[in-house]
Amino acid sequence: MLPGLAYFLLFHYGALAGNVIAFKEYVPFDGLWGSPWVGLGNFRRMFEDGAFWDAVLNTVWIAVLQLVFYFPVPLALALLLHSLTWSTVRRFVQSVAYLPHFISWVIVVALFQQVLGDTGLLNSGLEGMGWRTVDIIGDPDAFRPLVVAQVIWKDAGWGTIIFLAALAQVDEQQYEAAAIDGAGPWRRFWHVTLPAIRPVIVLLLIMRLGDILSVGFEQMLLQRDAVGPEAAEIIDTFVYYQGIVGGDYGFAAAAGLFKGVIGALLVYAANKVAHRLGEQGVYK
Amino acid sequence: MEKPKPVTQAGKALALAAVVLLVCVPFLVIVSTSLASTDEVVANGGWVLWPTEPSLDAYRDILDGGIVTHALGVSAGVTTVGTLLSLACTVTLAYALSRPGVFGGRPVLLLVLFTFLFPPGMIPSFLLVKELGLLDSYASLVLPVLVNVFNLVVLRGFFQGIPEELYEAARLDGAGDWRVLFSVVLPLSKAALAVVGLFYAVAYWNSWFYASLYLESDHWPLQQVLRTYVIAGSGLTDATTGEGTVTAPQTVQMAVLVIATVPILLVYPFLQKYFTKGVLTGAIKS
Repeated sequence: MLPGLAYFLLFHYGALAGNVIAFKEYVPFDGLWGSPWVGLGNFRRMFEDGAFWDAVLNTVWIAVLQLVFYFPVPLALALLLHSLTWSTVRRFVQSVAYLPHFISWVIVVALFQQVLGDTGLLNSGLEGMGWRTVDIIGDPDAFRPLVVAQVIWKDAGWGTIIFLAALAQVDEQQYEAAAIDGAGPWRRFWHVTLPAIRPVIVLLLIMRLGDILSVGFEQMLLQRDAVGPEAAEIIDTFVYYQGIVGGDYGFAAAAGLFKGVIGALLVYAANKVAHRLGEQGVYK
Repeated sequence: MEKPKPVTQAGKALALAAVVLLVCVPFLVIVSTSLASTDEVVANGGWVLWPTEPSLDAYRDILDGGIVTHALGVSAGVTTVGTLLSLACTVTLAYALSRPGVFGGRPVLLLVLFTFLFPPGMIPSFLLVKELGLLDSYASLVLPVLVNVFNLVVLRGFFQGIPEELYEAARLDGAGDWRVLFSVVLPLSKAALAVVGLFYAVAYWNSWFYASLYLESDHWPLQQVLRTYVIAGSGLTDATTGEGTVTAPQTVQMAVLVIATVPILLVYPFLQKYFTKGVLTGAIKS
């Protein structure tokens, strides 16, 4: 147990303690602990920084779009797969659909660039037919739909696992009983399937809400150069560019700490709401 | 139940075909392009769906001892060593936390779970690695991500599912904790170990961000090389491929992509059957 525990103490709690840098002005020569205190100065600067709020706004925007457009996809796909009676086909489609989850963001972004980019597959097709080409990868206005499409491509299949498991636990007899009572496919779906998987849906929704300030750091960082910061800057990339690239560690750590605290509060709040609604939530 | 309507059937078939094609076509195009000849790529405006004269020139070029070869070695090494270390630490901690009555078990569990709720943040982690003197060492790719809480919870849940009688029987036979772990628990946990091992291996293989943070460019793993040469678009030139480049950049880029993807495709079929079981133990117990 010791090596694992040591890891958590050092790399999580050690680093957590390192958040004091958010209240300091980092001087490389003095190190983390020797640097002078500046109180809430970094936070004050952050709240007055327009770029920071732009990043927050972008983060929330992308998170909301993902919630609306990504979240239902795995559920729909799971319902589709579950309704298949031919299990060979089902297993094959499942395997194919899970696969992109294991591909790195670098490769996913490269794939999308190759297909939708300037000289990509789509554009060479359009050009071949004599049509106008479109620049999807470099266009800030197209960025939000693009990142949602990427998330769907990469993780929608993987996301079905948990719904499929929930669906598998629905009692067949309930369907038969409902069918005998004259319920059509839609009524059976509405009154049997949905209530049965409601806890799972609520659970995932809560986890998503609690995580709303984390929207794919690697995904954004990889594409920020192509579309520019107006479109692709989220809190995490803001922290990265201010701190790691810009060397303004205290300021960047303040932004990171802000995100961490809000995120933890959101999980806590979402869980409370789940309990109110009579659901299990993430923890008791 | 009544038979579904033909319209519903057709709709389903269409949706399934779309899912399969959306995943498979991009990979097919990439593999095809990497195998095509320069002339064919140029003639086709950069893209080949089916190469008429497949050749391995692009692969020969990049595997000639240049930066890609080196990066491949780095990635393989970090993935192997990292996965083994991570598994060792996760298994021991998960085993300790799965047994009732271990001294300090509950506080440690809460301590661990709390990190899930409140991650330390990028800047403090970076400064920590820096102050520990790990900059530009391969350890910086492994140590900061040694144990993953999700994987830990999956394994702990699995260990808890092993019948108590087996533990008692082993104890009566005089087995100590290590003996129980190695002779009873681990042999019964092959499925869970396979899944967790795969998750670690994939994470190490796919990681590029820490490399970009902590390593000099001549120590980069494959994904970070891929990022620079394919996404950022710097061409693979003489210096990087070992000798004069004759193949079209496009085919070389695609070849790097393929090399980075193939290991995943190779292990995937073997472990795929364990996913659902492994993921669900984790999800239910947490």
